[in-house]
Order: sequence, then C-alpha cells, then structure tokens
Amino acid sequence: MRNIISIFWREYKSYFASPIAYVVIGVFLILISNRFIYKFNDFVKFTFQATGEAVNYQMLVPKFSINDSVIRYIFQEIRTISLFLLPMITMRLFAEERKTGTLELLLTSPLTIAQLVLGKFLAGFILFLTMIVPTVAFHFFLFQYGNPDLGPILTGYAGTIFYGASVISVGILISSVTENQIIAGALTFGAFLFLWIVGRVGESTFTFWNRLANYISVTGHFDNFAMGILDSRDVIFYLSLTFFGLFLTYQVVASLRWR
Amino acid sequence: MIQVNELTKRYGNFKAVDNISFNLRKGEILGFLGPNGAGKTTTMRIITGYLSATQGKVSVAGYDIFDKPLEVKKEIGYLPETPPLYREMRVRDFLNFAGKIRGLNSARQRRQRLQYVVERCSLEEVQNLHIHKLSKGYRQRVGLAQALIHNPPILILDEPSAGLDPHQIIGVRQLIRQLSGEHSILLSTHILPEASLTCDRVLIIDRGKILAEDTTEHLTGKLKGHDMVRILVRGGGPELEKRIKALPGVQKVAEMTNEGQPKDAPRQFDISYALGRDRRGELARALVEADVELLELRPQAMTLEEIFIKITSKVDN
Repeated sequence: MRNIISIFWREYKSYFASPIAYVVIGVFLILISNRFIYKFNDFVKFTFQATGEAVNYQMLVPKFSINDSVIRYIFQEIRTISLFLLPMITMRLFAEERKTGTLELLLTSPLTIAQLVLGKFLAGFILFLTMIVPTVAFHFFLFQYGNPDLGPILTGYAGTIFYGASVISVGILISSVTENQIIAGALTFGAFLFLWIVGRVGESTFTFWNRLANYISVTGHFDNFAMGILDSRDVIFYLSLTFFGLFLTYQVVASLRWR
Repeated sequence: MIQVNELTKRYGNFKAVDNISFNLRKGEILGFLGPNGAGKTTTMRIITGYLSATQGKVSVAGYDIFDKPLEVKKEIGYLPETPPLYREMRVRDFLNFAGKIRGLNSARQRRQRLQYVVERCSLEEVQNLHIHKLSKGYRQRVGLAQALIHNPPILILDEPSAGLDPHQIIGVRQLIRQLSGEHSILLSTHILPEASLTCDRVLIIDRGKILAEDTTEHLTGKLKGHDMVRILVRGGGPELEKRIKALPGVQKVAEMTNEGQPKDAPRQFDISYALGRDRRGELARALVEADVELLELRPQAMTLEEIFIKITSKVDN
C-alpha cells in the first residue's frame, strides 16, 4: 500500500509540475461551465414563457423538472468532454516512462508490478476526480434557487466515476504498449470514440448485432446513471471494463521482461 | 555477493549473452570490460531483474533472482546506462522518492540517507534545482545518488563515466573507489584505462562471451611477451639505432621520429627487451657514454588497449 501511494503521489504531483493538469482541468471547466450556463438560461427562459402562457390562458401552471432539463444534460456533457480530455491524462502514464528509461528504475526497485499499475491508475483517477469536483458547485447553485431531486445527482456522479475509471484503465493499457505518447493518446481517443459511435448504431433496432453494439457502448451505459437509474448491469459493465484494462496492463508490463 | 552461472540471453536468434559464469566477491570492484554491444548491459539488466534470462542461474546475496526478485532488488543499487531521472522533479524530491520505493519507510531514515548521499555525491549546490536544469555530470551523480540511497550492499553501475568531461570522470572514479569499502561494485565500461584504474578485477567480454578474467596486474603480466622502454634523446647520429640494438638483451628497436624534422629535435625510440632483468641502468649508461643527451627514459607497461586487441584477435584466429 505504501508503495502504491508513493507511485501515486509522484505521478499526481508531476501532472501539476507540467501544464497538463492545468490545461486539462481549465479546458474542462470552461467548457462545462459554458454548457451549464447556456442550459440553465434556456431552462429559466422556457419556464417563464410556459408560466406566462399558462396564466394567459388561465390554465394550471405546469411543474418543470430541473433534473430532467439541466442536471441530466450536464452529466452527459461531462461524459462527452471527458472522453476528449481523458486520453491526455492517461497517454503519458507508461509511454513516457518507457521512453525516458525511468521504467528501468521502477522495475528494478522492490515494487510489484501490481503496485506500479495501481499507483498509476490511481494518479489518473484522482486527477479525473479533481477535474470534476468543481462541478459540484453547479448543484449547490441549483439547490440555492430551486429544489432539484438529490437522487439523480448522486447516481450521476456515481456513473461519472465508474465511467472515468473504465476510460482511464483502458487508457493506461494503451499507454503501456507503446513508447510514444501521441500514439497512446490517439489510440485511446480512437478506441473510445469507436465505443461511442457503436452506441449510436445500437439505438434503433433490436437485432443481435445492435444489442451487442448497445452493450459494449461505454456511453450507452452512462445514460441510465444520468437519468437517476442505478442498474447493476451498468455498474458491472464499467467495473469489469476497468478490471480488464488493469489486468491487461499488468500483463503487458510483466511481459516487458521477456523481450 | 553475486553468482552468475551459465547465463544465456537470446534476442530471437541473436545471443546477446552466451553461457557466462562469474561471481562478485564482497567488497571488491569488478569491471566488466568490452566494446559496445558486447552484452554488458544485458547481463546487468538480468542481474537487476529488469530482463529475464533465457537460461542459467543468478543469485544475489543468497537469493535466486528468479524466485525472490523483490529480495534481490532490495540488495542492489543500480545505475543504468542513461540515468533514470524524472526531469520535472527537484533533486531532493527525486532522491526522496527513490528512497521510498526502495524501502526506506521512515521519514527520518530517508532524511539521513538523503543527507549522506547528497554529501557523498557532492550535490549540495544543486539539491533544490529541477533535474532538467542540471548538466550531464550532475545528472550522472544524481543517478549514482539514487543507486546509493537505500545503502545497498551491492552496486551495479552501467558505464558510470559515460559522457562526462575528463575532470568529472576523475571525480566519479574517486567516488567509486571510496565506495568500494562499504559496497561490492560491478561496473561496466568500454574505456580500458578506466577498468585498470578503478577495478580490482576485470572481466573482458566480447560478443556475449567472457574472454578473460583476472586482476588487472595479472592480465597485463600474462599477456605481454616483453618489457618495453621508451626513450627520448637528442643527438647521436644515424648509427645510434644500431648501437642500442647491440646492447645485451635488446630484441627490437624502433625509431618513432618523423622523417625530415630538424636535426637537433628530440628523437624517440621504443626498445623491447626480453622479459626478465631490468636493463634500464645499462641502457642509460650506454647512452651517456655514446655522448647522447638523454631527455627521458620511461618503462612502457602494456596498456589494456593492447591486451584487449591481443585477446580479441586471438579469439578470431
């Protein structure tokens, strides 16, 4: 455990020693705040309009759900923006160490490979959490001026965490197979874009292939969480993808000895 | 401390290390000498657990490297060919991290060792700088410091003086000699004088095979068939070479002077004797009697360069 923390802490700090952490977190917050403000304005305008019309026609004022029209949408935006930014977090994790030779230091130190892989995973994962934590402020704001339902917010964050973990573990895997960070980043991005597009194919019909496409879609499993539904199938999907990625990373790093 | 038995490493069909055996004794400096691509780095990487072996057995401090890799890694401090440094870290932070992953668990222990290696490797001035700002010489010393941080009984240094300027090389060699009291050291080099200056024992390795193993003095003694003296004289005329040749015991005289140089310029001769008695006194007397100005008289030990060429060419034949 001590070793995992040492690896994690060095890696996490090095994100902040270079511009990577600032750029990724900064870009993320600018984009997501922009989407939030836009969506929130829309919601306010729409409710005013609808209330005004209802009063004009002497009808009952309808109830508007901020969960359905703002919060759910924000979680989906977090998912989409992270898809573009997470490869930049994961691409260096092993590729850079392989290139600069520092992997030799780690692999000749009394560490197990599992400790090494977990430490690095944790660094990427905690950076991802650091990135999404400020979005909690949006919900504070909504609670201040409205009364959103807390449940879907919690499942939304749970989904975001599961989703992030799985993207990061596959990103680490891809980073471990190459010495080139750019290739690692591009492949990670490509892999997840594929899993996203696949989800689109699976939306309409119900043949076997469509259902398969739907199942392997990383983004598709996210929608339930965003809507406030906690389905064990989605949890298991993300957890097994995370485990699978870390397990294969372990195998790749262990196999480096056998060149 | 290290025992290597019939170790072989193949990369595909290429044998990088071919059935070598040797051991490192406690407290000695063993030099691994060979040209680039001889298999030095591969052997070191196998001992440190970075690479696997195709065949053979390696044990370090009594632990088998394949069965107990973690125990072995605790015993070894390793400086790879390119020092493994995180460029964005400060020297102190990096050494602290190296201490942590090498098993120095208490902060107090790490502080003490950090203090010690910083002093030992003369890093006081740069300890708070970022590594990417350091010169090559300092980086090499930080590399050495990270190998020393956990006070390992065994040090494995892959070309510790590569890429340093002459002044820094002398510094690193002195440091290695100082360390040999507390640590057993295996170092590799392709620079022959370095091996003869720093090592107690030398292994000559080429194309994955060990060609010779001995102390540096013995190696020199074994291989040379004659003693050689180099003299620098002025005057003596054209018949001087014949005169020297006529002296007892002289086998060969070669004038190294260039054609057409000024008459009174110093002339250089290399004189080979049969092994045995020291003839320098007789030579000096003869030269003075011949009315020659003797400027310099110097015994020439066979350099490791010559030994190396001799050994490797023997194998070729």
